[in-house]
Amino acid sequence: MTRLERNDRLIRLGLLMIAFSAVSILIVITLFIFSEGTPIMFKYGPGRFLFGLDWYPSEKAFGLLPMIVGSFFVTAGALLVGVPMGLACAIVLTQFASKRVGRILKPVIELLAGIPSVVYGFIGIVVIVPLIRENLGGPGLSVLAASLVLGVMILPTVISISIDAFQAVPPTYREGSIALGATVWQTIRMVMFPAARSGIVAAVILGMGRAIGETMAVIMIAGNAAAIPGSPLAPVRTLTSNIALEMGYASGEHREALFATGVILFVIIMALNILANWTSARRKR
Amino acid sequence: MNVCRFHLFPIRFVAILLLGLALLPAGCSRGASGGGLTVAGSTSIQPFADRWAEIYQKLHPDRVVNVQGGGSSAGIQAARSGAAQIGMSSRELKPDEKDLTEFIVARDGLAIVVHPRNPLSGIGLTQVRDIFAGRIRTWREVGQGSGTITVVTREEGSGTRGAFQELVMHKERIAREAIVEDSNGTDRAIVAQDPRAIGFISLGLVDKSVKALTLDGVEANDANILAGRYALVRPFLFVTNGPPTAEARMFIDFVLSDEGQELVESGGLLRAR
Repeated sequence: MTRLERNDRLIRLGLLMIAFSAVSILIVITLFIFSEGTPIMFKYGPGRFLFGLDWYPSEKAFGLLPMIVGSFFVTAGALLVGVPMGLACAIVLTQFASKRVGRILKPVIELLAGIPSVVYGFIGIVVIVPLIRENLGGPGLSVLAASLVLGVMILPTVISISIDAFQAVPPTYREGSIALGATVWQTIRMVMFPAARSGIVAAVILGMGRAIGETMAVIMIAGNAAAIPGSPLAPVRTLTSNIALEMGYASGEHREALFATGVILFVIIMALNILANWTSARRKR
Repeated sequence: MNVCRFHLFPIRFVAILLLGLALLPAGCSRGASGGGLTVAGSTSIQPFADRWAEIYQKLHPDRVVNVQGGGSSAGIQAARSGAAQIGMSSRELKPDEKDLTEFIVARDGLAIVVHPRNPLSGIGLTQVRDIFAGRIRTWREVGQGSGTITVVTREEGSGTRGAFQELVMHKERIAREAIVEDSNGTDRAIVAQDPRAIGFISLGLVDKSVKALTLDGVEANDANILAGRYALVRPFLFVTNGPPTAEARMFIDFVLSDEGQELVESGGLLRAR
């Protein structure tokens, strides 16, 4: 074996070890969250965690249902705001926009992804929250405020993945449709959309993952009340907020209950990821 | 001349270094057997304890004070188990903790705050309890103004919430629907923004952006707290298991001295006495 070959092999081994260390970190994190969070769930019964309505950890009431429902509401709201906007943007960029418009729009959208979430939260609390409170009522800190801000935050994810989906459609589909006399809009609606459907579904699911995982901006604008919101104007607490909000002072079973929150969040996000992989795998087939 | 100084400096430096190295094992072993002083507990007191320890160690360079957080309950537990010579608690001791020795090192008032434009200027303790328990939901029921009350509270586990729970709510729960913020500062910012909001914050943090309500006719100020007239006061405690050790005693004496107490006042708290 020459010296060069030996070097090659060494470098390959080194890179392999680094790659596996990333995987092992994931495994360690998973084991840690589960080992910290599951004992207390089984001590009090998973039912009390999943379906309990009262979150008063100092009184041993660990009901996480308001937070599970809260995460669901806020995420659904974010999708209602972000998906139509994101799809519209992707359609314009791939179907209508001239090169010049695209050169302006694309970097702006990429910039959106680079803004730290605390800045979104700050804009939310200074602009959107007072706007909602004064015009629609309620405290302003609400499901609606969180949905609006999160809807904008998931835009880059939704847009870039649905652009990929539209671009993956063979150009012959589009050309054939136009040649048959369909208008551009008819082509988009009846040819491009069905052809890109699984990619768009993946975009929505990844946007959903981003919305569920977001913490900082949500804590600042959602109001964090541990109750199932009765209206879009009521405050809400998500699973991630619950952990970040109370980690500072939590000790003993309170701390373990926050890890249990993490376990539930982990399971939800894993399920979403598997779903996203499954749909994108179907797209390739 | 210059050359000479250049020459001398490293030699002196090396000498000091060697001397330091020679003394190091002795210093270490003393640190371990003497233990240093560990002060642990409430995160509300921790910033003050850090400053006390800093100045104390400047006055007594041979003493070591370690300050740790963990929360009031953990601090009391640490004092009992001996993990810390001094535990810090920002709440009163519970009946089953009363066997420990307590020293009041400072006091903190809780102010009930509303938006400056709120026409209300005073409120009763039972009304505050009813509002936070969710029984009173509109300002009309309080007597002034209108609209739904926005109740703002702190997160579970916070010392400020613990004190409010104990002093105002007693056994009752703060309503689920209350807005939860994770610091005195954001709590105040929300109340300053929302004309229908009510919240509670540390008295030292009340400023012009919010209005502190009188409680059963008593204004929330230092004089009324010192006179024992204002109801919402929590003690900041140092707790020891039995009488404090000589080392702990010295630190406590420093904290209660004028110098230590000035720090308390400049941090927006009230002197121990």
